[in-house]
Amino acid sequence: LLKGKVFKFGDNISTDHIIPGRLAHLRSNLPELAKHVLEDADPTFASMVKAGDFIVAGNNFGLGSSREHAPLVIKMAGVSAILAKSVARIFFRNAINLGLPALICDTDGIDDGDELEVDLGQGTVYDITKARRLTFGKLPKVMLDILDEGGLVTYIQKYGDFKL
Amino acid sequence: VGKTLAEKILSQKSGSDAWSGDIVIAQVDLVFAQDTTGPLTIRQFQAGGFGRLANPQKTALFLDHAAPSPNRQISNDHVLLRQFAGQTGCLIYDVGGGICHQIVAESLAKPGDVIVGADSHTVTAGALGAFATGMGSSDVAVVFALGRTWFRVPESIKIVLSGKFTRGVGAKDLVLNLIGSIGADGATYKALEFSGEGLANMGMSGRFTIANMAVEAGAKVGLFPTDSTTRDYFRLQGRSNHYQPLFADSDASYERKINIDLASLEPMVAKPHNVDNVALARELKGTKIQQVFIGTCTNGRLEDIAIAAGILKGKKRHPETRLIVVPASAQVMLEAIRENYIRSLVEAEAIILPPGCGACLGLHQGVLARGEACLSTSNRNFKGRMGSPEAFIYLGSPATAAATALTGEITDPREVM
Repeated sequence: LLKGKVFKFGDNISTDHIIPGRLAHLRSNLPELAKHVLEDADPTFASMVKAGDFIVAGNNFGLGSSREHAPLVIKMAGVSAILAKSVARIFFRNAINLGLPALICDTDGIDDGDELEVDLGQGTVYDITKARRLTFGKLPKVMLDILDEGGLVTYIQKYGDFKL
Repeated sequence: VGKTLAEKILSQKSGSDAWSGDIVIAQVDLVFAQDTTGPLTIRQFQAGGFGRLANPQKTALFLDHAAPSPNRQISNDHVLLRQFAGQTGCLIYDVGGGICHQIVAESLAKPGDVIVGADSHTVTAGALGAFATGMGSSDVAVVFALGRTWFRVPESIKIVLSGKFTRGVGAKDLVLNLIGSIGADGATYKALEFSGEGLANMGMSGRFTIANMAVEAGAKVGLFPTDSTTRDYFRLQGRSNHYQPLFADSDASYERKINIDLASLEPMVAKPHNVDNVALARELKGTKIQQVFIGTCTNGRLEDIAIAAGILKGKKRHPETRLIVVPASAQVMLEAIRENYIRSLVEAEAIILPPGCGACLGLHQGVLARGEACLSTSNRNFKGRMGSPEAFIYLGSPATAAATALTGEITDPREVM
């Protein structure tokens, strides 16, 4: 069960909003890079976010580059899950591969600052502030297994291969 | 019922009867990373304790995003990539060789291949009939180790092309028009498959431009069938043996079909800060531009540079508009020199930079200031991408870019041709 506060974003938050190319020189210095997470979308995010909090967004979250550093710095910031109406394909796979849940649900009724409870096993989101329950789309089994192992690299270490 | 191109290739490479919606494990014919995603790929490979590459000769590293390196941090990343190549025996393409997707197109991709790259524009090779898609560093590290990965077989959207481009209009205008109509998430998780008699009127260069931008509609791949144009391309690249006929079955089933008449298109521009925010170039007349950038994996090929040089030959750029031209590879640079395009561009006061990605992602060599506007032939105009988050990026064709460099404001190229 995940519990935390909502940081709400709009549609089309790109990987350039999360960590732009001008910071490419920091990609081998992750703690420094993480200080800039989502800087171009919300300059206060990095200093305000606390362990367990959620990013809640509209359509097409994470569009753009394949840079896995984008979900990585979001995870390093303590975010426990991303909830969005849709998530761009590469970002979606990258997030799961790092053990960061990316959940597809109707986020319109969730507002900035709401307290949420997410039950990954049940597939439900409870908005404590609004006393409202939502469900999110099921992940394919291979992704659930990767998430269960905390990410792709540890999953492959454990099983030696993909198991469908 | 027959199969789409995506279903055909993934059936072949997974050794199974694959249909859209299935999850398969497919053999990978080429896997690569570049200098901004490669270091994390190597660290994930090492964290997994994988040790050996499954196929060193099918694994490549490209030093192209910062080429040559503008700072010591990236220089250190470059050293890491060179050392990894030395230790594992994988292919390495060092600074100056060109943009990964252009080199993959020129030298490595084959019809029917599965190609996975730690770069979203890996989709470019779909123009040659390769199921080529971008993934992150963890996925790519695992392909380095296993030589295979899992895919959800995508549903396909069929784009049926007819007619012929009119003067001043090209593939970039087509793909901006398409993304504008279906949206930046209009093909998320899906394949775009191009077909129709209009293909006969489109060269390889334009097909690469279109496949390259499939990801800007969210697509997993942008696939073209092969034909005599593809065969000629392989022959010119000295690898005729890599050609093979490849097309979707006539009774394949598609999620939807979209018809585009090439003759109906006009020069298009994507406005800040999303690729689907499109307008006709002529509607943006009067928009002042401080930098024009012609290059990238989208539009840095010889044909693109030829169009720009043709418009700019014997003229000068507008005094308040910088013009940066970056050939996509060393091969393109050499041919552009041989054809005197570089001379025409330098005489028009363009700056010619070495093959690479630099300015497109705001890394170096063309970084925008607060309040500046750029007309770029690249594929992305996201906020903050080319430098200041308060800069403005417009995307257009090489013809629109060259016309804009002449006048200093966004210009429909038909006005100056």
